[in-house]
Order: sequence, then structure tokens, then C-alpha cells
Amino acid sequence: MADTMQFDLVSPERSLLSTQAKTVSIPGTDGDMTAGPGHAAVITTLRPGILKVETETGTEEFVVTGGFAEIGTTMSVLAERAVPYADMTQETYEDLVREAQAYYKKVVEETENEPGPVDDAAKLLQDMVAVGGHIGLDPKQPNF
Amino acid sequence: MPSLKDLKTRISSVKSTRKITKAMQMVAAAKLRRAQDAAEMARPYSERFNAVLGSLAASVGGSPTAPKLLSGTGKDDVHMLVVMTAERGLCGGFNSSIVKAARTAIAKLKAEGKTVKILTVGKKGREQLSREHGSLFVGHVDLSEVKKIGYADAQSIAKDLLNRFDEGEFDVATIFYAKFETVISQVPTAQQIIPAQFDAAEGDDAGASPLYEYEPGEEAILADLLPRGVSTQIFSALLENAASEQGARMSAMDNATRNAGEMIDKLTIEYNRSRQAVITNELIEIISGAEAL
Repeated sequence: MADTMQFDLVSPERSLLSTQAKTVSIPGTDGDMTAGPGHAAVITTLRPGILKVETETGTEEFVVTGGFAEIGTTMSVLAERAVPYADMTQETYEDLVREAQAYYKKVVEETENEPGPVDDAAKLLQDMVAVGGHIGLDPKQPNF
Repeated sequence: MPSLKDLKTRISSVKSTRKITKAMQMVAAAKLRRAQDAAEMARPYSERFNAVLGSLAASVGGSPTAPKLLSGTGKDDVHMLVVMTAERGLCGGFNSSIVKAARTAIAKLKAEGKTVKILTVGKKGREQLSREHGSLFVGHVDLSEVKKIGYADAQSIAKDLLNRFDEGEFDVATIFYAKFETVISQVPTAQQIIPAQFDAAEGDDAGASPLYEYEPGEEAILADLLPRGVSTQIFSALLENAASEQGARMSAMDNATRNAGEMIDKLTIEYNRSRQAVITNELIEIISGAEAL
């Protein structure tokens, strides 16, 4: 079996990374998972979280806000938005949290507290806040 | 016969027109390169996306519980036409060719007894369609403030469209835009986006790909992906349109610059001829005056 597999990270606006990866950890909707070469073919949706790519030369990390991943003989992640870890500043992060919060508010108003969409939006917001905890940024939204 | 002074003013006015068209051509060329780059960067995403969506759709499509975005509402009485044009003119036949394609489609749908609704993106198309079909307008998206088209712009259009679809405002949605082929050729294209359609070729690709496991369920993923598919398609249409607009403007301005040059040459010849005629006249007058003495 090969040691590495082709990995692509693309967002709608551009392709962020295309490399040979040893393993890739993705934040799946149903839980995190790590895929290496020869992983079973899976398509999964993503929740906001950290995407970690281990290559032969080191690891690269990205913050993704959602999207989906396709694992086959090659692996590709199609992220709604992806920000390289290094570019992730408090400011960008606050924007993301604010966006998630606005979305949550909107859903609560529009759907009149139907459990399905509201729970989804709440989870999105929670995930977004958790991302901050993970990378040491302050969500500044203690009372959501 | 215009006087020498008239000719001189005309020449200088055509000269300044040529300067403007030349400048516009250069600007369009620079913008075109940027727009083309943007369109190229976005291509891997939409290609992947459509491949995955295509294979998913093929496996779920037949089931009666398939999402409405894929299977449709079961009717095709109300058509929503999303006409995407530019915000600015002076780009040759770019806007009118898209509008023409939309007009033909409207006439055809009306003849079939369907109801047509129009959502316009870009000011120029709205202006051109408003006289004939103004009563069919249901909305307008203004992109004149947008310098560089981002995914967020496409998302907001898609969201608007999906809300209308959820409220049962229409059964079928088609987008009209110009596909960028080369700098001198842009093809007005109509593409149905709701219910989603996939090319047969993509379906074949999907058959060859491995059998995927889906997390969470197949249908949950499909329900998540289909609205995104709408945004993705709108996004790539917007990018194609932006590139086409600049391409069309570039060649239109190139033509205008060349025409202005020809005009200047013609006017200069005329100017020189009449100047010579004036001198000859003066000489004749002097000579015949001298002879008379």
C-alpha cells in the first residue's frame, strides 16, 4: 500500500491545498475521523472544526466552516470556507462566530422554535465556539 | 462642404474618443485576466461538487422520498427565469444576446401556457426586459457595488431563490448567462438549476467510482448538498458572466478604437484636400489679380 494519498482542499473561490498526505483528520458531522491511504470510500458532511493534514514534510492545519469530504482512492475536502491556521486571527474568528450567531437568531425567529433547524443552528454556533477554544481564541460570546 | 475649422474640431473629438475607447480596452483586458483567473480557480470545486452530487443523485433519484430540489414539484407550470447580465453597458452584444435568449424562452413558455416569473441580476438586463415583460419581474439583484464577485454574493442569490422555491412560488428555475469561450466568443446559455439536472457524462463517471459509504445518511447528505449545489452553479455562472462581459467589452472597444482610427484617417485626408483647395484658390486669386493689372 502506498504511504501517501492525493489530498485536495478546495473552497468555492480557490483551491487551497493539493498535496500528498499521510493522514488527514476531518471534523465530520457525526464525529471526527482520520483517514489514511486505503481508507474505505466515504462521503461525509463537515461541521465547523479543525482540519489537519499530515504530509511527509509536516502538518498543516485549516479551520473549516462546513462542507463535505469525499474519501476514495484520493481524498478531497470541499469546504464552504477554509482559513489556514496561521491566518486565523481573533478578528476573523469573531466574524465567523458572529455569523453563526446571526444565523442562529434568524433561524429561531423564522422557524418559531421548531426543534430541527434550531438545534442544527445551535450546534453550528457551539461548534464554532469550540473551534475557538481549541485554537486559543476567545469567542467573546459567553452568553449565547 | 465643411469648413476647415469644422473638420479640425471633428478630428480632435474623434481623437479623444479613440483615447477613451483605447483606455477602456486596456482596463477590460486587465479585468478579463483577473476574471478568467477567478473562474479557473473556482473550477475544481464545482467539478468535484457536481461529480459527487451526480453520483448521489443517481443513487437516490428514483426514490419517492427524494428531495424536491432534485425530483421537482411534480409540475412545471411556473417557471422562474434568472437573467444574469452586466451592470454596465459598452460591451458589444453581451447584454442583448443574453436578453435575446431569455426573450425567446419567455415567448416559448408563454406559448405553452406556462406562467413565467423573472428575477434579474444586473441592471442592464432589467432595463432591456422591463418594457416588454416588466410585469413578470419578481425581484432584482444589484451587483453594481460588488467589485469582485465572491461566493457570498452567489449564496445570497441562491438563498433568495430557495426561499421562493420553498414557498411554492415556482416549479422550475433556469439561469441565463453567457458562457465564456474565448475573448471574441461568448455563448448565451440557459441552464436549469431547479430541479437539479446532471449531464449524462457525469452520470457515467459516477458509475465507475467506488461505492461510497455515506455519513450521515445518503438522503441527509443530499438534502445538505442540493442547496449548496444551487449556490455553486450560480457562482460559476456569475464568474463566467464576469469573464464574458470583460471579453465582450474588450473586443467591442478594440473595434471602436480601430473604427475611430479609420475615421481620423479619412477626416485628415479630407482636411488636407480642402486646405490645398483653399490655398489653390488663394493663389488663383492673387495670380489673376496680378494679371489684370
